[in-house]
Amino acid sequence: MTKIKTHYNRRSFLKISTAAGGGMLIGFSWFTGCTSDKKIKETVAIPKEWFEINGYIKIGDTGMVTIYCPNPEIGQNVMTSMPMIVADELDVDWNHVVVEQGALDEDAFKNPQFAGGSLSIKLSWNALRMAGATGKRMLLEAAAKEWGVNVTDLSVDKGVIKEKNGERTIGYGAIASKAVGIEIPEEVELKDIKDFEIIGKSKKNVEGENIVTGKPLFGLDFKREGMQLAMIQHPPAFGMRVVDFNEEEIKTMPGVKDAFIVDTEVQDKAWSDEKGFLQLIAIVGDSTWQLMKAKRAIKANWEVVSELENSATHTNKLEMAIASGNANESRKDGDSDMAFSKAAKVIEQTYSSPFLPHNTMEPMNFFANVTESSAELIGPTQTPKALEDAVSKLLDMPVENISVNMTRIGGGFGRRLYTHFGVEAAAISKKTGAPVKLIYTREDDMTQGTYRPAYQAVFKAGLDENNNLIAFSVKGAGLPEGPVFPNRFPAGTVDHYTAEKIDVETNVTTGAWRAPRSHFTAGAEQAFLDEVAELAGKDPIDFRLELFDRAIKSPVGEKNDYEPERYAGVLKLVKEKSNWGETKPGTYRGVAAYFCHHSYVAEVVDVAMENGKPKVKKVWCAVDCGIVINPDAAKNMIQGGVVDGIGHAMYSQLTFENGAPNEMNFDRYQLIRHSQAPEEIEVHFVDSDIDPTGLGEPGLPPVVGALANAIYQATGQRIYKQPFMNNLTMEQVVG
Amino acid sequence: MPTFNLTINNKKHTVEADMDTPLLWVLRDHLDLVGTKFGCGIGQCGACTIHVNGTAMRSCLLQVSQAEGMKITTIEGLSEEGDHPVQKAWLEHDVPQCGYCQSGQIMSASALLKNNPNPSDEDIDAAMNGNICRCGTYVRIKQAIKTASKL
Repeated sequence: MTKIKTHYNRRSFLKISTAAGGGMLIGFSWFTGCTSDKKIKETVAIPKEWFEINGYIKIGDTGMVTIYCPNPEIGQNVMTSMPMIVADELDVDWNHVVVEQGALDEDAFKNPQFAGGSLSIKLSWNALRMAGATGKRMLLEAAAKEWGVNVTDLSVDKGVIKEKNGERTIGYGAIASKAVGIEIPEEVELKDIKDFEIIGKSKKNVEGENIVTGKPLFGLDFKREGMQLAMIQHPPAFGMRVVDFNEEEIKTMPGVKDAFIVDTEVQDKAWSDEKGFLQLIAIVGDSTWQLMKAKRAIKANWEVVSELENSATHTNKLEMAIASGNANESRKDGDSDMAFSKAAKVIEQTYSSPFLPHNTMEPMNFFANVTESSAELIGPTQTPKALEDAVSKLLDMPVENISVNMTRIGGGFGRRLYTHFGVEAAAISKKTGAPVKLIYTREDDMTQGTYRPAYQAVFKAGLDENNNLIAFSVKGAGLPEGPVFPNRFPAGTVDHYTAEKIDVETNVTTGAWRAPRSHFTAGAEQAFLDEVAELAGKDPIDFRLELFDRAIKSPVGEKNDYEPERYAGVLKLVKEKSNWGETKPGTYRGVAAYFCHHSYVAEVVDVAMENGKPKVKKVWCAVDCGIVINPDAAKNMIQGGVVDGIGHAMYSQLTFENGAPNEMNFDRYQLIRHSQAPEEIEVHFVDSDIDPTGLGEPGLPPVVGALANAIYQATGQRIYKQPFMNNLTMEQVVG
Repeated sequence: MPTFNLTINNKKHTVEADMDTPLLWVLRDHLDLVGTKFGCGIGQCGACTIHVNGTAMRSCLLQVSQAEGMKITTIEGLSEEGDHPVQKAWLEHDVPQCGYCQSGQIMSASALLKNNPNPSDEDIDAAMNGNICRCGTYVRIKQAIKTASKL
C-alpha cells in the first residue's frame, strides 16, 4: 500500500461544503444518479440527513453517497470518471453513489478545476484517490471509536464496516454522523492498483438518462426568475471596431428592453482574456426571437483600425515566413544542411491547413447576475478560475465576492477555455442592473474568432545509400504561432536534425483547438514519414520501429519529449490488431502514430473508394494512456477523436475576405456528417499500471496522417493541403 | 401579440408570440421545454429536431403560426418514463459525450424507426445526415439505432 500525506485541513473542506451545498441549487436538478434515480431508490433509500465527510464526499443516513465532480464536464466524461476514482478509494458500492457538479473552489478541492490539455484525470489522480481514502479512514476511525477497538481490527466492503474477529457490522450511513467529528488524518493509505474494484470497470455516463430525456443540463437551458436575455453584435471583420449604431431605433423594437455598447476590455490581460472584439453592441429583452429580429435590424458604423486580412494574404505571409522568417524556437542536432548535401536521396514536402472555428454544438452563452457587491456566474466554462479572475478585473471586485458554477457543457474542444462570453454577460448585467443570460447565434459563434491557427510547414528528409534516415528538418510557421515541437519525435532518432518554429502576426484571434498544433503537425509529419518510408523501400511501420529502436538504444540529444518504448508499443499493438500486411481488394490502408498530451496513440485507417470518393471503412486504434479509469467511455473518447480528426482534415475550413470569415453557419461550413463517418472504430488499450493520462485530445492527431496515407494508397495522390476533399483531383482517382 | 393553440406532448398550450416565431423558441422560451436544442437556426444541424404529426422536422424552421392543429412531440414527450427503445439503446451503447446534439439525434432516429423498423446502413445515413455531432459519436449512434430496431 502507498501512504500519502493528505495536506488537508478541516477549514478547507468546510469552505467547499458551504459553497457546494448552499449556493448552486438554482433552476437545475443537480441530483443525478449513477444508475437512474429510480434504480437507486430500489437499492438505497433517499436519505433524510446528509453528512459532509470532506469536500468531495457527502454520506446520507441511508448509506447513499454523494460525490462532487470538481472539474467542468465538456463531454470527456469526468462527471463519471472522477467520482469513480473517489468511490473506489472510499470503498463504496457504485450503485449507491450519486454525482453532483462541484462549484469553483480550488482551495477546497486541492485540484486545478479546468478542462483542458487532456489533464483532468492526470492532474487530479492523487487528489481524488486521497479524498476517497481520507473519507474511508475517517469512517473507520469513527466505527473504531464507537466499538472501542483499533482501526486495524476493522475491514470494509462496499460501504459496510466489519469487525475482523467479531460479529459487528455497521454501514457508512449509520456511522457517517460520527465521522464528521473525526480529525482529518495527516496520512492515509491508498489501495494497491490490483485491488481497484471500480477503476478499470466500465460504468455508464452518470448523466446518460438526463441527456436522453432532454433534461435542462446545459448553460443555454439555465433559467432564473426575473432573468433577461441578451445578445451581442461584434464587428463583422477582424480589424474593425464599432463607432455607433441606430440605438434609439433598436430600443423601440418589440421585446427590446435596452440596447447599448459595452466595453469588455480588462487590464493585465491573461492568455484567456479576449484580444479581438472588445467593444460590442448589446441588446437586452425577454424573448430570444425578438432579440434575433432586433439584432438583424442593427445598422452600425464600423471603423477600420487595422489590416483587413484575406486568405490569400494569410498563405503569402506563411510562405514568406518559412522562406525568410526567424525561428522563435529551434533545435539543432548535428548539421542537417551538410547531411542533406551528402545524402543519396532527399525529399522535401510542404503541408498546410486553414483556420478552423471550434463549432461546439452549444453556442457560447453565460448567465451573470452582477450587483454592487457581488457577481454570480453560471454557465459552460472550461476555466472557471480564469473567468472569476477576468470578471474580478472587469468589475474591480475582489474574487471573494464572485461565484462561478459550471453547467454541463455542450462541447469544449478548447473554445471555452476563453472567458469573453462570461465577461460579456457580466458587463451587460452590470449595465442593466439585472440578471441576464447572454446567447450567441451560430453566426456570432463562428465569426467571433478564437480559431485554430492556420499553419504551413516544410519537412525534409535525407537517406543514405542503405536507405537509413540520416537527416531530417522541419520548419513550420503559424498565424500566430508555429506548429513545431522541436523535442518531439523524430528528434532523438536521427543524427542530423533541425526543427524551427516560426510565429507570424495576424489580427485574427486564435486559441487552443483540440490537440493544439499537434492536430496539424501529426498529420503532416506522419504523412511525410510515409513518403520517406516509401522512398526508402520500407514498410511504414517497420520504418518507424527502426527509428524508435535507435531512440531506445542510442538516442540523439539530451532532451527528447517521449518514451520510445511506449511509442513503439502502440505501433506494435495496432500492427497486430489490424493484421497489418493483410490485403483486401478495394481496401487501402494507412498508418500513423503520435504522442501528445502525455498519451501514445497509433492508428490504422482502411479506406475504400465509393462513388469516386474516399470513404473510411474501419479504423484501429492502439492507445497507451496508463491506467484506464472507465474503459468503454475511454473508447468513446478515442472514437470521437478519430471522427473529429477525419472530419476536419477532410471537409472543414474557414476562409477570409477583407477581414471577415466567409463561412458563418453550417450551410457553408462543413462538419463531418453521419454518412462520412467510419463504419467501425476498434480501440485497444495497452495494459498498464502507470498513473493515468488523458484521452480527450491524443486520439485525434494521428488519424489525420493515417487517413492521408490511406488515401494515397487508394488514389495515388499525396495530399498536402487541408481540407483534403478540396485538394484531391477527382479525375486522377483510380479507385 | 397573437395567441396560438398548440398540442405538444399530448398537452394543450396557449402561447402569445410573434407570428413568425420559430417553434424552437416557443418551446424553449415560453414552455420551458429546453430538451429541444438550438444549434444553427437555419435547419442545418438537426439539434432542434421534433416530431410533427410523426415526422421529424426542424423546429427552428417551423413558425408557431404553422404549428397550430399539428401533433407535436418533443424529446420530453417521446416516452413517459424515458424508456423509448431508442432512449434505451442510447443508454446501452453509452452514446453521448457532451450530449448536446443527442435530443435531436434521438428524435431523428425514432422517426426513422417508426417508418422503417429495420433500416440498412444507407437508410440510417440518409435519415441521420442532417444531425451534426461535433464530438463524433456517429459510430455509436448507428449501433444504437440497430439495437433499438430489435427492441
